[in-house]
Formats: sequence, structure tokens, C-alpha cells
Amino acid sequence: MTPRQDRAPLAGGALGGARPAAYTVAAVNAMVRHVLDSGLGPLWVQGEVTGWKRHTSGHCYFSLRDRNAQMRAVMFRAEAQRLPADPDEGMEVRALGRVTLYEPRGEYQFVVREIEGLGAGGLWRLAFERLHRKLEAEGLFAQERKRPLPRFPSTVAVVTSPVGAALHDILQVIGLRAPWTRVVLSPAKVQGDGAPSDIARAIRLVARHGKADVIIVGRGGGSIEDLWAFNDEAVARTIANSPIPVISAVGHEIDVTIADLVADWRAPTPSAAAERAVPDGSAVGRELAGLTRRLGRGLGRTVEQKRLRLQRLDSWLVDGIRSSTRRGRDRLERTAATIDALSPLGALRRGFAVARKEGRVLRTVADLPPGTRFTLRVSDGEVDCHSDSGSGGAADA
Amino acid sequence: MPDDAWTLEARLARVEEIVSRLESGRLDLEEALILFEEGVAHVREADRLLRETELRIERLVAGEGGSVLSEPAGVDES
Repeated sequence: MTPRQDRAPLAGGALGGARPAAYTVAAVNAMVRHVLDSGLGPLWVQGEVTGWKRHTSGHCYFSLRDRNAQMRAVMFRAEAQRLPADPDEGMEVRALGRVTLYEPRGEYQFVVREIEGLGAGGLWRLAFERLHRKLEAEGLFAQERKRPLPRFPSTVAVVTSPVGAALHDILQVIGLRAPWTRVVLSPAKVQGDGAPSDIARAIRLVARHGKADVIIVGRGGGSIEDLWAFNDEAVARTIANSPIPVISAVGHEIDVTIADLVADWRAPTPSAAAERAVPDGSAVGRELAGLTRRLGRGLGRTVEQKRLRLQRLDSWLVDGIRSSTRRGRDRLERTAATIDALSPLGALRRGFAVARKEGRVLRTVADLPPGTRFTLRVSDGEVDCHSDSGSGGAADA
Repeated sequence: MPDDAWTLEARLARVEEIVSRLESGRLDLEEALILFEEGVAHVREADRLLRETELRIERLVAGEGGSVLSEPAGVDES
């Protein structure tokens, strides 16, 4: 290689003579770097990641290797922070970058702008699975954590982009089904840098406001990168910690995000979320009509019960009078029998008779000297009699 | 009694409670009448709410010192 004019070798120096000129190390490195920078454009390199290290500065250092070769690589902070996950050791990736020389060490390195994991879903899948495992282990997806949604929310909060299709769909559905509902929009950036923290902030804003009965968090469809904010740990935790029940609505039916898994209800689309959030006005109307009928019947039932009770009281009264009358008659009959038994008429019926003269009862022989006219009272009448002779007076004496 | 502090949910819950008490048949006639009237008033208010047709949309804004303000949002929607 011929040294270029601007990188001229040092002069022979004090020793003089015709010895070839020598370069400084720095000069050589600069030349090599120039060759690499200008000679090799951006290129994709496929290989296995080894020794991945994320420095506190945010830069990531690692190597790419084949079976028999290896190269140093670096991904600077600006690009590295967009990675959904750090690749695993040994993960097969494709990296886009430029080959250059790190002059202080004289080592060449591959400066990477993008990394794609090979295999299903690549790094996105990897990041998803890592967070999924972590949150699942904490029980954040558990069915028993899910809170019931209100049946008739007065206020529905919507956390989404103020200019997205999702908001349009949600408002349209709520306007059709339950136009009496108050909708509060908590606008958030739903994709790109800073989206996760903005979504989390917007959810917390709704919680602080404290008026909403339910929150819809979501966005319309997009690529996995567009939806990525909903696979963010901070977003997931904010949803899990929300004091207000959350309905997630991210992308389309097939897109399942971590946010969907921690939400109290996962709706397949923003429209479906709105349908789940508010009742259908005509169904509520039917329910009201049903309640009105039951109110009337309920009152009618109370009235009917009072009427039946009155009727019952009435018949008790009648029965009471009747039975006391019967008791009275029985008693009268019993008393009459007793009186009967005590009456002299009873004795007459049994065959005794009473002799009387001028109303006076004749009790002894002396009361009836011979020739006395008297009357004899027997059970069914009186007989006129006269006495002939008597005896027994002495025997009585 | 029924006023604006009642949400639709609260009104319906109250009416359901009244209905089940009335249906239990364990009330005085006077008590039943008072409850019936309260129930009818709730139904009437709920029905009035259902007849509202214009969706109210507000936008939340973070205010000073952690406060949250809501302002009417002029979203052009159907």
C-alpha cells in the first residue's frame, strides 16, 4: 500500500541514511479506518450473539460469531434503547451496521444500528416472553385479579391517541349505544419513543381525576413495533395498579399484548371495548319497563296480602262468635239438666206426691185427721182426696 | 330521593332493591306505597336520562400540583 500524501511517513530523522520512512501508529490506524469506512458500506451480518453486555452508559458491547470466526460489535445507546430486549447468549441474529476501526485499540468493530432476532418473532417475541414469564410468576394475569366491570357506567375514560382511528370508533359506538355517557379522553402517545411512559401517565391521570367508572386503554391495528408500547412493563404495571377497572383494546383480534393480559377485560378491538363498556340503551329501556311492571306487581301483592289477612281475620271472628254461641247453648242445656234434677218436679216424676190443704203441705199423720179433704200433687196434676183413718203417729213419736 | 347525584347504576340497583322488598310481601301497606312511589320516581329519572342523545366528551389535562382538570373536547364525531 502506498502512503498517501497527507499521511506522509516521518522523516528518517537523526540517523539519516536511506532507511524507509516509518509511520506513526495513529497514522496507520487512521489510514486503515479510512479504508474500512470508505470501502465497506452498510451491511447486514448474520451470526450468533456472544458476550452481550449493556454498559451503564447505555451502549451495548458484544461479539458476533460463526463456527470459525468472530467480530467485535457495538450498539450505541440511541439505537440500543429501542431494542425490545437484549438478545440471549447464542441467539442467531441479523445485524445492520458499518465496519470501522476503533483506533485507540487498533481493533476493527462492527457498529450496529439494528438487530433482528431470527426465529419466530425474534427479539420482540423474546421480550414478550420474558415479561410474560415475569408478570405471570407475580400472578398479574390471574383470573381472580380481574375486577367486574360496571353495568351502567356514568363516565368512561379513554386512554389513546387523540387523533387515532381507535378514538373515532369508540366514540361512535358509545354515541350509538349509550349517548347519556360522559366520555373523558386522556390523550397519550401510543407508539414510538416515550409512548410507554406517556400511556402510563395518561392512565394515572384518569385515576387521579377519579370520576371514571371504567377505562378503555388501546389503539388501532399496526405492526408489532407500532403496538410495542402495550408490551411494556411500566404500562402493564400501571394497568394492574389502576384503581378503576381497565378494558384493553389493542390492535386487532390476533394481537395479544401484555396490556391485554393484565387488563380486567380484553377486547379484541377498540369498537368491541366500547360495546363492552357501555350498555345498549334499548336493553336498559327494556329493563326499566320490566322493573316498572314488577314495582306494580309488588305493590299489588302487598295489597292483596293485606286483603287476604283481613278476610282471614273476618272469618276468625265469625267462627269465634259461632263457637262461643255453641258453647253457650251447651252450657245452658247442662244447667237446665241440673236445675231439673234439683227441682221437686223431678221427685214427683220419680213417684213421690205432695199432699196439700189450702196451700199448706201436709207432712204428718196429725195434719190429716180422718175426714180431711186435701189435694194431692202428682207429676202431671192434682187429685182431690179425703182421709179415712191414720196410724203411725205414735210410731213416729 | 331521586336527584342528579344518582347514577343510572345506583337508580337501577335501588329500584331492584325496592322491587324485591315489595315482592317479599312483608311490608306495611303504607311502607309499600312509599317505596313504590320512590321506585317509580327512579324509573322516571332513569328513563329521562336514556332519552339524552348528545355524547359529552371532555379531555383531561394535568393541572398544577397534581390536580386534574377536564375541559370540553371538541372532537368532531358523529
